Amino acid sequence: MMKRDKCFRVLARHVTDEVVVSTYSSAVDWLNLGERTLNYFSVGAMGLDSSHALGLALGRPNKRIICLQGDGSLLMNLGCLVTIAAAAPRNLVHIVVQNGTYEANGGHPIPNTEVEFAAMARAAGYAHVHEFSELANFEQQAAHVLKQEGPVFATLHVERTKPLTYDYPNLYDPARRKALKAALQSS
Amino acid sequence: MDADLLTEPDDKIELKGSGIIAAIKASGIEFVLSVPDIVTSGGLLRPIARDPELKLIRVCKEDECIGIASGLSYCDKRALTLIQYTGFLDSINAIRGIAVEYGQPICMMIGLLGHDPYTTPRNSPRYGVRIIEPILDAMGIPHHLVNEEADVAKIRPAIEDAYANSHPVALLIGRRPSAS
Repeated sequence: MMKRDKCFRVLARHVTDEVVVSTYSSAVDWLNLGERTLNYFSVGAMGLDSSHALGLALGRPNKRIICLQGDGSLLMNLGCLVTIAAAAPRNLVHIVVQNGTYEANGGHPIPNTEVEFAAMARAAGYAHVHEFSELANFEQQAAHVLKQEGPVFATLHVERTKPLTYDYPNLYDPARRKALKAALQSS
Repeated sequence: MDADLLTEPDDKIELKGSGIIAAIKASGIEFVLSVPDIVTSGGLLRPIARDPELKLIRVCKEDECIGIASGLSYCDKRALTLIQYTGFLDSINAIRGIAVEYGQPICMMIGLLGHDPYTTPRNSPRYGVRIIEPILDAMGIPHHLVNEEADVAKIRPAIEDAYANSHPVALLIGRRPSAS
């Protein structure tokens, strides 16, 4: 079992000009690694982070889009797996961080902590599907996962963390949206 | 002929789907995001699916459209969400957060299933239709009824305004558009 923040440190070594979409605990841990204009946090709720990522991927087919989604979020928007697989954006990497809980809402368990998201993504039709439980293996494969022709799916099996502080006014600051839009429209 | 290609029995007024689609294109819409709706199925969704000038993304559930349209808007790409009023009701939280609170140009074309086009939505025989305009008003979302040919002229300015000023808009389809 891995730790989410350590997984994200691994990812961050390989992320350059990709747009990273994330929410809740994933957004907090990702932002802790540093400010980036190409971070996209304003996704609303109910698992729509992956849908925003699909929109970005369709709108900018020559730019890589990475979605860091929690397992509780994906459960609220499972249909996105089928939608994304059908739309088949080559530039989308969909990473689901599975810790078995609705971490941002009290740490209660998801209905079935053993649910196999990778199997679902494979059945939905993603081009490449991965599953990682050991950090050393993830470190070895991360660059490859991020560069594969998408849609790519990966489950990261991680431990629950201690309670995080969710600074939503900062995450959802309109200035972030404005800066992201300007960056995407000028690049 | 499939049932969705028929106009409502006894409806003497024709609302041409081709005119609506022309207005959608004239508005700069490149992507149509949709879950099928029987009101707009034959007159809009089928021809849109065949139209090489529009990119149709079929989604599993209507709230996905709101997220996808938001992502596209960051890339300066225009999208239309084509759904039934039931899907609109199911997507209220996404619309609240993304379209209203984040001020995103989410353009929705909403079929009013079960509506009597000879009355107003607020006086519809269908409860679900009667509550649509009051909900839009409560959320501060501009809305326009497209019920007859003259209403088609509302589409382009409504979409242009939504993108120019970054706010959502709802276009309510009051009668089944014809496939002509």
